[in-house]
Amino acid sequence: MASPKRDPGTSGVPWLRRLRALPNDNPVKTLLVVLLVCLCASLLVTGSAVLLRPAQLANQERERQARLAEIIAQLPGGEAGPQVEARVVDLASGEYAEGIDPTDFDQREAVKDPARSLALAPERDIARITRRAHHAVVYLVHSGDRLDLVILPVYGRGFGSVLRGFLGLSGDTREVVGLVFHEHNEAPGLGALIDDRRWLAQWRGKRVWDARGQPALGVAAGEVAPGSPEQAHLVDGLTGATWTGQGVTGLLRFWLGDDGFGPYLRNLRDRRGLR
Amino acid sequence: MKTSLKQVFFNPLVNDNPITLQILGLCSALAVTKTLATALIMSLAVTSVITLSNASISLIRHHMPRQVRLIVQITIIASLVIVVDQLLKAYAFEISKQLSVFVGLIVTNCIVMGRAEAFAMRNGVWRSVLDGFGNGLGYSWILILVGSIRELFGAGTLLSIEILPTLSSGGWYQPAALMHLPPSAFLIIGFLIWGIRAWKSEQAESSEFQARPTSSSEVAR
Repeated sequence: MASPKRDPGTSGVPWLRRLRALPNDNPVKTLLVVLLVCLCASLLVTGSAVLLRPAQLANQERERQARLAEIIAQLPGGEAGPQVEARVVDLASGEYAEGIDPTDFDQREAVKDPARSLALAPERDIARITRRAHHAVVYLVHSGDRLDLVILPVYGRGFGSVLRGFLGLSGDTREVVGLVFHEHNEAPGLGALIDDRRWLAQWRGKRVWDARGQPALGVAAGEVAPGSPEQAHLVDGLTGATWTGQGVTGLLRFWLGDDGFGPYLRNLRDRRGLR
Repeated sequence: MKTSLKQVFFNPLVNDNPITLQILGLCSALAVTKTLATALIMSLAVTSVITLSNASISLIRHHMPRQVRLIVQITIIASLVIVVDQLLKAYAFEISKQLSVFVGLIVTNCIVMGRAEAFAMRNGVWRSVLDGFGNGLGYSWILILVGSIRELFGAGTLLSIEILPTLSSGGWYQPAALMHLPPSAFLIIGFLIWGIRAWKSEQAESSEFQARPTSSSEVAR
């Protein structure tokens, strides 16, 4: 049974009693009810967001580590879990920043801090990230003295979200070992196909640089014709996810370019005499 | 005359089922039923949202400003959905990745809005809770049934436990690829509606027009 409407004139403090007696269409009452609902709703939403944040961050971190392990597993003998070394790179100079502990460095926090990040001019900002931290953590896998694998954290805007992933390059920086994304919110069945294993597998062995030494990796518009010169650098586009594909191209070229890991990768090649 | 509390709860299960009779909430029924696990979590999410939204909307129904009532209802429903989404991201991360946008889309699920506007606005809190819970269960059992059929025949598993050993893993069962695709949910729900309406013939809609009988001379022409 519906509870009978309480008589508004008999309960509560006087002003509340007056308020409850007002018709529902009264503008003041409408405004008050709406404000009260909004207040409760916002408390509920912010409360849950704040309380659940630690558990969510732990999940994201687990996901990140799992994806990182996936790239390392691409190496011959990588399933055995080789020693992975994390180093902080000063992106502008391309040298290792010795003063920063890679386990403490939080790129997302650094991006927000004007003292620790750089504003990007729109024409240079091909990954559409507006600011870039001065530093980044790279992951290295050696066998003996030889560098086998360099893993670069990369991110940029896709269609509806920021795509965050890892790009693994061979030790001479010339070939892609693997690309994975550990965080995005693209449309299921369209942009979310960047998680598709078969699509990701296409990246393997792509040549990173063109003849002039510029980053040349990218997602083609449509299919890459077999035997065409683009086949060395590009993978097939995803149907219905043009923007996501362009986002992937943008973020790869940005992070491999001069504002990204370009100087660092040049240093790596120089030290090996591979230039 | 008011329906009894028992009817309020049991009617939405079969007699007034939101999916098979009202044909609402089909988008998510197609999208998240590829595996039983996603169907289960989605059912849980929708049932809790619809129960809580019915309760809170019923609670303030006497003070609901008429002109903006839909906005107020959506505010409440959307907040509940955000909380559910956050909970899934914290405690059921893998499943929440598979459900992706479909949890957020519960806000626009017609069943939730429909129950708020058609029932919770006019009934007491307890009745509304029962109604929301009943409708949630009505939605859930269809989803769980479709999810079970699709996972069993599409992958030979239930909750990732092997039931029918597939050819690719050395067994005898050739999975039906159709079951992996959303249209298979359409087919299963279609057969379900047919079955329910054959059993409860009062659910069958009367034909909108009478087809003109074809005479043999017309066929020949």
